[in-house]
Formats: sequence, structure tokens, C-alpha cells
Amino acid sequence: MSALRFLAGVAQTPRGAVSAAVLTVVIACALFAPWLAPYDYAIQNLPGANTPPGATHWMGTDEFGRDLLSRIIHGARTSLSVAITAITISVVAGMTLGAMAGYFGGLFDRVVTAVVDLTWSFPEILIALLLIAIIGTGTTSIIIAISIAYLAQFTRLTRAQVMALRAETYVEATVNLGAGHVHVIFRHLLPNAITPVIVAGMLATGDAIILEATLGFFGLGAQPPTPSWGAMMSSGTAQIFIAPWIILFPGAAIAVTVIAINLFGDALIDALDIRNRLREV
Amino acid sequence: MALLTVNGLGVAIGSVAPLEGISFEARKGEILGLVGESGSGKSLTALAVMGLLGRIGGRISSGSILFDGQELIALSEPAYRHLRGKRIALISQNPMTSLDPIVRIGAQIDQVSRLHLGLSKPAAKARSIDLMQQLRIPDAETLHNAYPHQLSGGMKQRIVIAMALAADPDLIIADEPTTALDVTIQAQIIQIMVDLVRERGLALILITHDMGVVAQACDRVVVLYAGRVAEMNITQAIFASPRHPYTASLIACIPAHDQPEGTLLGIPGTVPGVLSYPPGCRFHPRCAGAMGVCSAEVPVLQSLAPGTVACHLQGMPA
Repeated sequence: MSALRFLAGVAQTPRGAVSAAVLTVVIACALFAPWLAPYDYAIQNLPGANTPPGATHWMGTDEFGRDLLSRIIHGARTSLSVAITAITISVVAGMTLGAMAGYFGGLFDRVVTAVVDLTWSFPEILIALLLIAIIGTGTTSIIIAISIAYLAQFTRLTRAQVMALRAETYVEATVNLGAGHVHVIFRHLLPNAITPVIVAGMLATGDAIILEATLGFFGLGAQPPTPSWGAMMSSGTAQIFIAPWIILFPGAAIAVTVIAINLFGDALIDALDIRNRLREV
Repeated sequence: MALLTVNGLGVAIGSVAPLEGISFEARKGEILGLVGESGSGKSLTALAVMGLLGRIGGRISSGSILFDGQELIALSEPAYRHLRGKRIALISQNPMTSLDPIVRIGAQIDQVSRLHLGLSKPAAKARSIDLMQQLRIPDAETLHNAYPHQLSGGMKQRIVIAMALAADPDLIIADEPTTALDVTIQAQIIQIMVDLVRERGLALILITHDMGVVAQACDRVVVLYAGRVAEMNITQAIFASPRHPYTASLIACIPAHDQPEGTLLGIPGTVPGVLSYPPGCRFHPRCAGAMGVCSAEVPVLQSLAPGTVACHLQGMPA
């Protein structure tokens, strides 16, 4: 309850209000796409191909005459579901690894840190491409690829938090009274470490949307006719001089969504006063 | 009847030996004071008894720790965990930071009895509220739902004590439980702890550097200096006739009511660090009565009823 009230408070700052409004629209599109979209996203109408934006097709049509607005609304569903699923997996796995590494230390910590630092030194896109080369294309593949690409970030962040927290008197005090590792990690360390990780996860979701679009642009993500913002931009490149709206609107959708996520994340960081804790990474 | 018997305990951290030859007993229904300046090994002794030396990278190098007939030195970690909180509870120094800031205080007390006594959630809550009332925490039902930041230091320390008591331990080790509190609250907390020992018949080891607290609460006193026992005696005897010059200096440092301004006493010098322990009696560089033998030979603990003392000056013709 208090978390909801807190979010409501964030949404009342200027940055928070604008970004929350945009995000609400995007999330509504993703959730209610079939009801919101004016047309079926897959129905082709070749005589009406490359229609410019107008009264019947607000954002125009693509090279197959499909309604662009409907495809963008459905594309929100693809982008958000891939990004959120991937980052959720990444956060859960990263927190588990990071907490264990930071808490137990020793050889396990050194191995985890070494692997994490190694992947950290490559751009996420490279790691994702490498993984897709191994496991193949498709929605499930890019979810796995994106979640592994961002794993290092959450592992490092959680590890740093846990290492700082395990020396806290209240953690020692519960051990003094007989608490075991599981109790200490799940009842005291992770709840205290989770706030910056959640915010980092939120910001990474924005990055993941771009990564998903990039992979979609290369044709590695969701397969046609499922609309994805990246794939739509890709097909728009061929028509860029005849029908620039095909590439412009999905691009704008990506930009607006990602900027809104970053602004909201930024407002959260300030409201939670955790800028320093995020810098510990 | 001794509940805890520590005999010849030595602790090593790497190649240094910050603690050696520590011996004392704690008995049921009795408060044992463990006193000494900072760095004398009080907290280290507590960690050794709790089996928590690993936290600071230390280990027990010699001696034995008998608790209720059971040798603790070679105890496995799972067995130790079963003992901690359930039979021996450690109250650490700083109540301000001893509570998890994001867990309701009631839940923090509940979890101890749930872990060790296997109580259900409602049973644990009822027990915690009952404990809080015994510790004279006003409005216990409401405070059960409060967060630590909503409480004063004195209240937090009572909560920490409630946590230590939640699983009904036989022995409580309180490591400077009142150091972080202001003076008026200190006396209240000490009184609460004294009452608990008398009512429940548990054993309490009270670690402190405050001789006033010792006089108020303790039945017997162990004086530590630089990792060794200097003197051990019943409280009245310690104050009436201290046998170790260090004990005498500690007592001389207690300010009196009618003391004129500018005459507060201290003991000249500081406790030597582990790496620079002097040979012989470790107190001799600061001792007014030091003789030749003091820097040459380690004084042994000798029995001098009703206590024991480790000083070359004892047994000398006065």
C-alpha cells in the first residue's frame, strides 16, 4: 500500500507526471492492443499500400497496406513483454548470484566476479548477438539473450549492496541469535538491497526495449507477421523516400517509450535518494 | 553451580594472540561483570564463547569453554547455531543499529521464538508482546507494529533485549548494552537486566568499562587487561580492597559526588596493542608499584580468597 502511495507521490513531480502518463498509455496499448487497435494488424491491403497518414489511417499504412497505428499498438505488446520478461529473469538471477557471491565470498565470489567482469566489458548487443548465434532466433531466444546480456549489471549491484549490508550490526545481531544463512539472506540482506536493484531494473528495461528493437531490426526477434517496432523500422528503410512514416512512427514509439522510462526512473532515483547506492557498482 | 566455565582460553588471529589464559565462571541467577579498557579483550571473549570468532578471522588456540557440561570448542557450526539465541544470547553494543530498519520490530522479536521454539505466528506475537510488557515498554501492542526509526534509543535497547530473551536462553552476554545510551536511560536498562536475572534465574555476563555499572549490577567481577585476567573477585571485595593495581586505578577513576573541578583522574598511558605487549606483567609500564620482576616474569593467577589475582605485588611482605 505504501509503495503505491509512494509511486503516486513520484507521479506528482513534473518529470514523474509526464513520464507516468506516457508509460500508462504505452502499457495500456500493450495490455489492450486487440481492443484499442482500429484494424487487424495482419490484414494486407495491397491497393492501399504506402497510404500517407490521414483520417482513415492516422499513421498511414505500410508497404503491404497494413494499418501502421494498429501495428504500433500491437508492437508495444511485443516490445514490452520481451523487455520486461527478460529483465525480470535477469534481475532475479542477478540478485541470486550477486547475493550468494557477496554473502559467501571465497572461491565462488571470485569465479562469479571474474565471469561477470568479463561479460561487463562487452557491449550488451554483442553478447546478445553471440547468444542468438548459438541458440537461434525467435522471441524466446531474444528473451534469453537479453536477460543474459544484462545479468552482469544486477549481479554486480546486488553483490556490492550485500557486501556492505552483511557487516551491518543488525545482520550480525540476527546471527548472534542463531539465524542461518537463508534467513539472513532472504529476510535481511535482499529486502535491504532490493530498492536500487529495482530502479536499475526499470532503467535497464528501457535499454532492453532498444536492444529488442535492434535485434528485431536485424530480423532476429519476433517473426512476421507479429509486429515488432524494430522489424517495422527495418522494413521501412526500403520505403524511406516514398513512405517515410513507416520508419518514423515506430522509431518515435521506441524513443518516446524509452525516454519516458528513463525519466520515470530518474524521478524514482531522486525520490528514493539512492543515486549514491547506484554508483557503487 | 557454574553454567559456563571458561578455562585457560586463548584466542589467535593469524599469528598474534590477543587473548590468553582467560578463565572464569558464570553461574545461574548471577551477574558477572567483565571489565577493562577498550582493547583489553572483553568483546573478543564474548565472540569466542559465541563461536563467532570466524567473523573477525580469529580462532581458539587453547583452553576450553564448558557450557552446561558441553564442550563448545569443537562444536560444529550447525550445532552452534542451535545454541545461539536458544541457550546463549548475545546482545551487541549498539541498539541504534542492531535492528533491521525495514522490518517491523515485532516481527524481529517474533522471528527468534519462531526459529528456536517453533512457535506459530500468533503465538510468537503474543509472546513478544508479553515480553515487551515485562520490559516495561509502554503500549506494547502498538509498538509491535512500529519500525525501528520510530523508537528512541532506550526503547530500541529494550527491543534488542526482548529479542535476546525471546527464546528463553540460559545465558545472556551483554556487550556494553548501555554505552550508546544517555545516563538516565542507562540506569533503567541496567535495572531491567538485573531484575530479569533475579526473576528468571538466568546467568548474565555484563561486559562494560563503566565501574559505576559494575557497582550497580554485578555480583562478581573479572578484570581484564591486555588480553589476560588481572583480577577476579566478588563485587564488594573488588571495590573495598582491589588487589591488582590496575583494578585500583580503575576504581580511582570513578568520579565522586563532591570531587572538586579539574581533579578527574585517568590512568596514565594506554592499553598496549596486541603487537606490542610488553614482557612480564603487561600492566607494568603503567603501574606505580612495578618492580624488577614485573617486566621479567608473567604473574600467575593466584587464589586469594574470595578471589584470584595475577600480580607480583601480592604475596610480597607488605
